[in-house]
Amino acid sequence: MDLTASDRALLAALAEGLPLSERPYADLAAALGLDEATVLARLAALQEGGVIRRFGVVVRHRPLGFTANAMVVWDIPEAQVAEAGRRLATAPEVRLCYRRPRRPGRWPYTLFCMVHGRDRDTVTAQVAALARRLDLDGYEHRILFSSRCFKQCGARYGKAA
Amino acid sequence: MPPLDDTDRRLLNDFQRGFPLTARPYAALGRRLGVTEDEVRRRLGRLRDQGLISRIGAVVRPHTAGCSTLAALAVPPADLDRVAALVSDQPEVNHNYQREHTFNLWFVVCADSRPAVTRVLERIAAASGLEPLDLPLLEDFHIDLGFPLWT
Repeated sequence: MDLTASDRALLAALAEGLPLSERPYADLAAALGLDEATVLARLAALQEGGVIRRFGVVVRHRPLGFTANAMVVWDIPEAQVAEAGRRLATAPEVRLCYRRPRRPGRWPYTLFCMVHGRDRDTVTAQVAALARRLDLDGYEHRILFSSRCFKQCGARYGKAA
Repeated sequence: MPPLDDTDRRLLNDFQRGFPLTARPYAALGRRLGVTEDEVRRRLGRLRDQGLISRIGAVVRPHTAGCSTLAALAVPPADLDRVAALVSDQPEVNHNYQREHTFNLWFVVCADSRPAVTRVLERIAAASGLEPLDLPLLEDFHIDLGFPLWT
């Protein structure tokens, strides 16, 4: 679906978080010069159209004890990567699963997924089990654990360009 | 940080998707949890102040509302704090993590267009003296349903 300028402004305003007021959509609308009914209708349409993939509480995993945040990267040839990505995306322990370009000489990995868990050993074991179960253990892969989070916030589209 | 009670846990876990699109959503949450609207608002404010909630908001499908890339820098460890800070200072950077690899600083750049993303990477390259790895998304396989926190 195509986004209107008003949709973009709405998503940009929402990136700051829905206000915790009694009528948060009315407050959001007022800030944008819209009315509450329009904001509610557009948010429903953006979800329906798949632009908003989920709408709700965005938690921070690390302070909730999910300190093992692993980005798993796989070196999978072009011909197999889409099929492997579709298989990985169905695994319940996998959050986010993207294909990205190889950068010869600098970066060989083409498939990225995230696995969050309460500790490293669990996540390492989960990744090994995942690779076996999905028949991906023949491909070189690495687990990049995160050791520090410097910044995490919603994308601020439509603000600084 | 005070321990989380059952209502806190449900607020964190149960509303990661399908947040009510009604005039008074916190009242709707309250009805589901058996607490008042004010109690919901107060608790969500506290959970946010405790850093457990980033925001109540939309997770937008990549590249529908703009353009983004995942980028990485191989930063000499002694310089990591300085470079991480200058990366975080860019308003277009929304995630910035240290990871265990030669490429030890990973961040996401979101802007309105690909040229704008490139300009941010150039700014970071100039300020850090390091060449970012630029890994834009080519294909997205995931369906984000939120993440079960307590199962």
